[in-house]
Amino acid sequence: MGVEGIGAKVLRKEDRRFITGRGRYVDDMSVPGMAYAVFVRSPHAHAKIGGVDTGAAKSMPGVVGVLTGEDLRGDGIGNLICGWMVHSKDGSPMKMGAWPALAADVVRHVGQAVAVVVARSRDEARDAAEAVAVTYEELPAVIEAAKALEPGAPQLHPEAPGNLIFDWELGDKAKTDAAFAGAAHVTKLHIVNNRLVPNPLEPRAALGQYDAADDHYTLWTTSQNPHVARLVMSAFYNVAPEHKLRVIAPDVGGGFGSKIYIYPEEIVCLWASRRTGVPVKWTSDRTEAFLTDAHGRDHVTEVELALDAEHKILGLKVDTIANLGAYMSLFSSSVPTYLYATLLSGQYDIPAIHANVRTVYTNTVPVDAYRGAGRPEATYVLERTMETAARELGVSPAELRRKNFIRSFPYQTQVIMTYDAGDFDASLNAAMAAADVAGFEARRTEAAAKGKLRGLGMSCYIEACGIAPSKAVGSLGAGVGLWESAEVRVNPVGTVEILTGSHSHGQGHETTFAQLIAERFGLPVDNVQVIHGDTDKVQFGMGTYGSRSGAVGMSAIVKALDKVEAKAKKIAAHLLEADEGDIEISGGEVRIAGTDRKLGWHEVCLAAYTGHNLPDGMEPGLKEGAFYDPQNFTFPAGCYICEVEVDPETGKTEVLQFVAADDFGRVINPMIVEGQVHGGIAQGIGQALLEGVSYDEAGQLVTASFMDYTMPRAYDLPNFVVSTTETRTPSNPLGMKGCGEAGAIGSPPAVINAITDAIGTNDLTMPATPQKVWAALKTVG
Amino acid sequence: MYETTYHRASSVADAVRIAGESGGEGKFLSGGMTLLPTMKQRLAAPSDLIDLRHVPEMKGIAVDARRVCIGGGMTHGEIAESADIRAVAPGFAELAGLIGDPAVRHMGTIGGSVANNDPAADYPAALLALDGLIHTDRREVPAADFFRGLFETALEEGEIVTAVSFEAPDASAYEKFRNPASRYAMCGAYVARRGTDVRVGVTGAGADGVFRWSAAEQALTQTFDPAALDRLTVDAGLMLSDLHGSSIYRANLVTVVTKRAVAKVA
Amino acid sequence: MTAIAMVVNGREATAEVADRTLLVQFLRDTLHLTGTHVGCDTSQCGACVVHLDGKAVKSCTLLAVQASGAHVTTIEGLAPAGDLHPVQAAFREHHGLQCGFCTPGMIMTAVDMIARHDGALDEKTVRDELEGNLCRCTGYHNIVKAILAAAESTRSAGTPLAAE
Repeated sequence: MGVEGIGAKVLRKEDRRFITGRGRYVDDMSVPGMAYAVFVRSPHAHAKIGGVDTGAAKSMPGVVGVLTGEDLRGDGIGNLICGWMVHSKDGSPMKMGAWPALAADVVRHVGQAVAVVVARSRDEARDAAEAVAVTYEELPAVIEAAKALEPGAPQLHPEAPGNLIFDWELGDKAKTDAAFAGAAHVTKLHIVNNRLVPNPLEPRAALGQYDAADDHYTLWTTSQNPHVARLVMSAFYNVAPEHKLRVIAPDVGGGFGSKIYIYPEEIVCLWASRRTGVPVKWTSDRTEAFLTDAHGRDHVTEVELALDAEHKILGLKVDTIANLGAYMSLFSSSVPTYLYATLLSGQYDIPAIHANVRTVYTNTVPVDAYRGAGRPEATYVLERTMETAARELGVSPAELRRKNFIRSFPYQTQVIMTYDAGDFDASLNAAMAAADVAGFEARRTEAAAKGKLRGLGMSCYIEACGIAPSKAVGSLGAGVGLWESAEVRVNPVGTVEILTGSHSHGQGHETTFAQLIAERFGLPVDNVQVIHGDTDKVQFGMGTYGSRSGAVGMSAIVKALDKVEAKAKKIAAHLLEADEGDIEISGGEVRIAGTDRKLGWHEVCLAAYTGHNLPDGMEPGLKEGAFYDPQNFTFPAGCYICEVEVDPETGKTEVLQFVAADDFGRVINPMIVEGQVHGGIAQGIGQALLEGVSYDEAGQLVTASFMDYTMPRAYDLPNFVVSTTETRTPSNPLGMKGCGEAGAIGSPPAVINAITDAIGTNDLTMPATPQKVWAALKTVG
Repeated sequence: MYETTYHRASSVADAVRIAGESGGEGKFLSGGMTLLPTMKQRLAAPSDLIDLRHVPEMKGIAVDARRVCIGGGMTHGEIAESADIRAVAPGFAELAGLIGDPAVRHMGTIGGSVANNDPAADYPAALLALDGLIHTDRREVPAADFFRGLFETALEEGEIVTAVSFEAPDASAYEKFRNPASRYAMCGAYVARRGTDVRVGVTGAGADGVFRWSAAEQALTQTFDPAALDRLTVDAGLMLSDLHGSSIYRANLVTVVTKRAVAKVA
Repeated sequence: MTAIAMVVNGREATAEVADRTLLVQFLRDTLHLTGTHVGCDTSQCGACVVHLDGKAVKSCTLLAVQASGAHVTTIEGLAPAGDLHPVQAAFREHHGLQCGFCTPGMIMTAVDMIARHDGALDEKTVRDELEGNLCRCTGYHNIVKAILAAAESTRSAGTPLAAE
């Protein structure tokens, strides 16, 4: 590697604007004549709308316009859709209820938008929004998924009888039943995966501008995938035709999945701009974020693990109910199915697996992908079960895992995936050494002397990233392909612009993507500009989620670079009168290998653009594009070990040590990879100890602000001990697997395994708040 | 927030006059750490805001022998860092340093907090345990008479908390167990000892707001040791209950937290 | 409406504002100093932290009229144009930011923290003092590291860090 090439700790190019307050987030944008939108939202979890009276609001100071669901319907704006078709096991398609951007007939969760007020200032818009009079006829509401499936439960959508969206299965039921019949030991658990709110620190925002003169729309939006937003808004929502719509996602302050989806507010801002004739900006406040950003997780699962007398796993049965909320969000169907059940084999050779998943409507905020998306749920099910089985069998949790590790690759699981590479012993060994597992019992004894309860828990996770071959996901129901595009533009002076369909909202692409150029041509990263997030600049892209920007987005850049390199070599060979096979490019120079005959990189680039002396028939210029479609998922894996101390008097848990040993394949920038792991672990510890959505029975969101929803703070967390082992994936040219979600996937079971180890009872749900842990301790006396 | 009219008072008399002119719909604005968020949520709509931050009479900390007098306009940060208070009542200074976060402590004031009497606020526990006095523009009220349940105080309309005072005890300490989300006290106990006499003020837990835990005081007066509380509990039926802490859990915390405060004193 | 005047980042700023205007709205919407962010409604996230007469405050919980007559420093005024304040530099050096949204508030809090402790900070103190600042990206690990490094560099340089 060079000083700035692959594997180098290069400080981030994008940091300077952020640390000096010069970031450009959507809410920082102003355009002349801009007005502000405030939404009128349902105070009820479930109600029929009797009428919406906008008369008083329209005459309030500063009001530019007030628009309702009827207006939206009248203009033919389409309903929001779920873009991934999943079929029930009886072959019937999923039951998708209608979701208009502004409700006109029925509201199905507290916070659903009913009308929008556009006014000259935010305060005036809010004043007027309070003057919009909506009459509601309240309907009974249902909050818990299991209750929504009961006979007689309130019904949300006529399209979905019994609130059942689909009843889906994966794996071989008969084979699994047979495996259980021969089991020496069966471990059973009831598992709840708590509902979470993503809470990126930047609230969502949208600024829609319709230019009547050009009949053209521009939308600035907090999006992880602006091209998908443009596609969906034009193809399905009829907001604007694709060629007349520019979507810009500038600096975006974190996403964690919640900014993948196209929400009602973006649609309405763009539409309202056309209706009112002024640019319309909306910025979510935090309570609106709690009430409208797609939530994550919310599974209830019964799991059974069958083992033989030698503690080899014979089979796994999983029965899950997933709460999808009041409407099907954009990718909501894929999360509890193809991103969940396909990972249930974990790191283990499991000869028979059967998973059944029912997805359900409830009067709650829609649920979709949140950091990890399905894979944290799968890991939690499996790793809580493995730890429990080890305790029941009286064997070390590490040894039980080791006994069942997959060691030969490729490995075909019983649940679709083919693992291409991995070394699970290596990460387990690295984590156990870093965590000083050998010294734990002594530490436990020491803690007991101080009246504290120490516990140690581990989790061996595997996940699937870089989603995925378009052909494969298409066959599984995806409405889009999951390739990525890139364009590499070399300027006449030799500097480089990378245009990518990936989107950076904290991941550091402006730096890591530039490192590919440094690696390939030996140019300084300062000579590279990474351009993303603007549909007018980048032709197309699928965006950033599922830890795909490295494995897929960078692979596309590599493919484009191959073409640039090939052309540059042809030009250089021509200029140097050499064979192009003898040309090598490094250190910013283009030379004939083994000689001192060379050209500056910039000389070759300039030659490409002057066109004065190119090989016969060659087009001028040095710019190449590529679309990369992955051959397979990639499979990051690792081992996390958590050590906690519980205060038995208060039930408060302190995480004393958290060790992560991850195999991400090849690492481009270790500093950034470590940062991704830190952040993921913090969210995982947050899920395990602190975070959890709570609704009351009427469907009011109790945790609707940071006053009630516990966000991890600095003193809730320790310093993390992170390291990597490396097996390269053969599935992409860089051998990299992806690192963005691992921390959030692997950590929750490690934390809960540690606490349950400390307190001596396994009966504990997330978040393990002091109150819950204290109550659990009471049950063991 | 709704529209409002801002006034900057230059003296206590000035503030009282403006409040009178607002026809009862105005509110005093001190640090604003509770009032402004409430207004932002449109849960309060005062016609007028009378800013007390620039009233000179409400500034200053005076420690005369063991008598501590703190201006109502002093911020939590100023109290936490006051060397004079630390010298005679370090537990009180420590309490101030546990309120909110550093930025909140730079704005929030003791007068504002006392006047608000949030059931999870910290000062009321201390002032009860210290037999403090609440000074207003028109009288002095013993803490025991001042705090009257959730967000209720003895304050009359237009009355301003100008200062609080107390006699520093021989020793005192505060222990706080926070609500994990809001970081307010889920239970806070202030223990003050003068000779053998012990007072215990408890905040965050009681359904009627801050209270003195008499049974604990009696036990500690006999034996000033955490173990003296081993068998004591408050009635869970009198405790607050919410998402983060049931009344039973809070009742447990009252004992645990008080014992820890005693251990700090001892 | 009230006429207000304050010194923001060393420059006089005057305006007529509605009394209900928050300081953060005035900074962002009127002065176009958009480095100060709003991440919550309940004074908890700290993305809006600025310095009011040299002390860290939450500009979302302060009216612009309350700040009239005061000196306000925002992230944009922490260092002269083209320069980095040592805390800014430390955040970059130690990868103390990812999406960058909480970063201005974090840095303003850190500058205040280091000044109040004369650079004498340890990990526990830094974590405790970050009570009022939320970050969703970094897990705080590198933020703590950056603040400790900046504090250490101040102590060894023997110069106060306060921006004012």
